[in-house]
Amino acid sequence: MDELSLYVLDITMNSVRAGAAEISVTLREEGEWLDFTVTDNGCGMTEEQVQKLTDPFFTTRKTRKVGLGIPFLTMLAEMTGGYVRITSTHESVSDDHGTTTHARFGRNHIDFIPLGDMIGTVVTLIQGSPDINFVYTHTTERGTVSLSCEELRAVLEDVPLNEPEVLAWIADNLNEQYQALASD
Amino acid sequence: MKSLEELKAIKAKMQDKVNLRTSSAQTRVVVGMATCGIAAGARPVLAAFVEGINEAGLSDNVIVTQTGCIGICQYEPVVEVFNGEDKVTYVKMTAERAKEVIEKHIKGGNVVTEYTIGENAK
Repeated sequence: MDELSLYVLDITMNSVRAGAAEISVTLREEGEWLDFTVTDNGCGMTEEQVQKLTDPFFTTRKTRKVGLGIPFLTMLAEMTGGYVRITSTHESVSDDHGTTTHARFGRNHIDFIPLGDMIGTVVTLIQGSPDINFVYTHTTERGTVSLSCEELRAVLEDVPLNEPEVLAWIADNLNEQYQALASD
Repeated sequence: MKSLEELKAIKAKMQDKVNLRTSSAQTRVVVGMATCGIAAGARPVLAAFVEGINEAGLSDNVIVTQTGCIGICQYEPVVEVFNGEDKVTYVKMTAERAKEVIEKHIKGGNVVTEYTIGENAK
């Protein structure tokens, strides 16, 4: 994968598949680091599952025998001098369950890849899961771009968030927020 | 700035349509969006289907959804088109090929054989 936004999409899909109702996707660029954090209230993982996450030959899926999402993310983070940290509480352990994945990347490292099309990633997530409350926040030195599905749903009521017109509105809205940051 | 007022206008416009749509969709386009699909370029393929079907005025009859890995990672991006009992599996898709499938298959009713798994798995 040649854009960080594709890793963000891939990792956030784990939260979608964990049955989360709330997923926050946060990017923070500060100094030499880019921090990417996904927090969800999905089913969570057991301690054993968390320990095996970086093993490419561990996966819970049935359709193939390898799971490369976390290994890819870890490889890229570590190549740029960063790291990946995952904490999770399985639903069998506590009612307050879910997973947080935090990846840190060295922004100035030669192996760092461009962020790419984050708007495409956010729109893809909402298209696939219009009932999930995604909260997207991207903070840079210039300011913050943000989007909350819950706020949009308050306006849209029974119109689903994955209507093409709504998705186009979301893409335009984010695009304008990013342009406002760039021109400040 | 794209305001919430504009979103309200979209809501007003869509409300009646949406109720109609959920019961009448005949064709389902399913794009694989697991690690294998994403790494192979599924994100722009999905976007091409969502935008293309809307532009072609087909969104009352066609829904676009996502799925995980279906186990043929080497052929990703994989797109399945369901119509009634029929299923066509397209492999190694691109945004360009998506436009062609919308035009010829979904709109025109003719399967684009050269992109199907049958043609590519030989």
